[in-house]
Amino acid sequence: MSGLFTEIFLSALLFGAITAAIPLLLAGLGEQMSEKAGVLNIGIEGMMIGGAYVGFLGAYYGNSLWLGFLGGALTGIAVALVMVLLCVRLGLNQIVIGIGLTLGLEGLTALAHHFQFSRTYPRLPAADATVIPLLSDIPVLGPALFKHHLIVYLAVLLVFVMSHIYRRTQLGLSLQAAGDKPAALDVAGVDVVRTRTIAVLVTGALAGIGGAYLANIGAGIFVPFITNGAGFLGIVLAMLARGRPMWVLIGAVLFGVCLSLTTAMQVAGINMPTDVIQMLPFIAVMTMLILFGRKASLPAALGLPYQRGVR
Amino acid sequence: MMVPRLLLTIGPIIAALIIAGAVLAVAGVNPLSYYAYVLQRGLLSPGGVQQTLTRMAPLLCIAAGLIIAFRAGIWNLGTDGQFLLGAVAAAASGPLLAEMMPVGLALFLCFVLSTLVAALWSLLPALLRAYQGVNEIITTLMMTFLGTSLANVLVKLVFLDPATTVPQTRTLPVEDRLPRLFDTTVTSGLILGLIAIIAVHLMMTRTAFGLRLRIVGASPRAALHAGLGVPALTVAVFALSAGLAGLAGAVDILGVYGNVRTDWDPAYGMAVIPVVFLARMNGFAAIAFVFLFSILSIGGESAARRLGVPQNFTLVFVAIVLIVLALAEYYTKRISQSREP
Repeated sequence: MSGLFTEIFLSALLFGAITAAIPLLLAGLGEQMSEKAGVLNIGIEGMMIGGAYVGFLGAYYGNSLWLGFLGGALTGIAVALVMVLLCVRLGLNQIVIGIGLTLGLEGLTALAHHFQFSRTYPRLPAADATVIPLLSDIPVLGPALFKHHLIVYLAVLLVFVMSHIYRRTQLGLSLQAAGDKPAALDVAGVDVVRTRTIAVLVTGALAGIGGAYLANIGAGIFVPFITNGAGFLGIVLAMLARGRPMWVLIGAVLFGVCLSLTTAMQVAGINMPTDVIQMLPFIAVMTMLILFGRKASLPAALGLPYQRGVR
Repeated sequence: MMVPRLLLTIGPIIAALIIAGAVLAVAGVNPLSYYAYVLQRGLLSPGGVQQTLTRMAPLLCIAAGLIIAFRAGIWNLGTDGQFLLGAVAAAASGPLLAEMMPVGLALFLCFVLSTLVAALWSLLPALLRAYQGVNEIITTLMMTFLGTSLANVLVKLVFLDPATTVPQTRTLPVEDRLPRLFDTTVTSGLILGLIAIIAVHLMMTRTAFGLRLRIVGASPRAALHAGLGVPALTVAVFALSAGLAGLAGAVDILGVYGNVRTDWDPAYGMAVIPVVFLARMNGFAAIAFVFLFSILSIGGESAARRLGVPQNFTLVFVAIVLIVLALAEYYTKRISQSREP
């Protein structure tokens, strides 16, 4: 009996880890592209919370999770567009605008939620899973890894797509150059502003979908400030991954396990205040930064606007 | 050139009032009556203006800390965590010390303790930035998430007052708190805040140490070439900046609240950032803008209760100020450049 319990428990723990990891993975992959191209995107937290709210509206009123993801992506792109206009085109300070966007969207979504739902927090039905035949029959791992919503598999697939883009395509090279030596890219005849624009818009879309997943599938509800730093965790993942998408995936799953442990320990009745458990992921981040911080390499021109002919 | 400068400062505020007003209008709230209510409750009523002045005390301390950090090119975005831990330190030690020694000395020791605790909390991001080159934006943000939880843990597990059912620390008796100014309810912490921000302003603009910090901020490489000990200065900046945030926590607890409840997090730090930018990191201008922000903040809290517009509106407002300000600076620069021959 107790053996069965642990098996189910382990499986649920892993399932939760994947669910918690997906928003971080999407945010991390998005941020990675922005950073590669030389844009430090502090506004990603704002893109996520915006995506979470509109994504929730889409799923709630449209009765479709896919509509939610679409809403999330479009909102993320809309916020990213502001970032593109102000930081990539005009060259305003990326940190200032990033803080502004994050603060503004946190406030705006909290306000909108209040006026739309007052103090009620409607819950979405549980997401239906795409069960992968055979693989899902593996004990413990099967139900944990292969009974998720379709978007989860797509997100993991995206890791390989991103790897391919960075390694094998012209766009990948251009992105890298836009972050390391934008002037060289310009001389080579590629539009730096356009390259960076693509990167930031992709970030917005991914962060928005990540936010929508967090609210619609991860939590099933929207509450103000629900992202609670997930976007910032994405930035950390991107920093530590040193430009490699696979490491974003590994990092996201590690954090996912931490976050999932939080819930699991509460379910298991371990008598510890939630606050102690909530500190775990952040302690993990700081530990990783202490251990690997020196190696976290960032592109040379990160955070610097590019203007032709200005040195 | 005084007029454009003034316009550049007032302009973003007016633009933000209009844009944020449009947000209110979309939500079905009359912006004019909202602003009138905020002004009435935050500035024009005697009780309101006293609350506003009291609110300024912690905000001025935080602003002082941010001015040091930003002028030295350090993005300390972790003031909220530093503030909370300073507040918990003051709440935990205040009632104990007040029983053991003269109140004045007890309050002084609380200030010192809060400042030290917060400075210590910033040590990890400081060392990572100074010696490993790890971006401090990320580390200070992470430390804020940690600090917020840690403050709760401390209140619930270590400093819990067994005498009450509400999870909170022991309460500092009203007669032991910071004295109030004259016959008002305004805390004398305001004086402390004013001293802090003016001292910081003078330090940054008039002293050799301030000059060194500004050189580090302007160009760390130039500072290195000039023979400055950049890592040590970086750690010093973090300690000063975080210490002032911790002091802000002590000022708020010893002057106003008397204890820390669980989940108490006013998140002043994030809102003060735009204020400091609006003041262009000038201490005297920051005093004026902290005053304005306090009106908005106190009036907004009142409006949240009465008009049903959540306090989060203030966040939207400061965010718009920040973005419009950045835009306005850009265009002024462009115009002045195009005038050059």
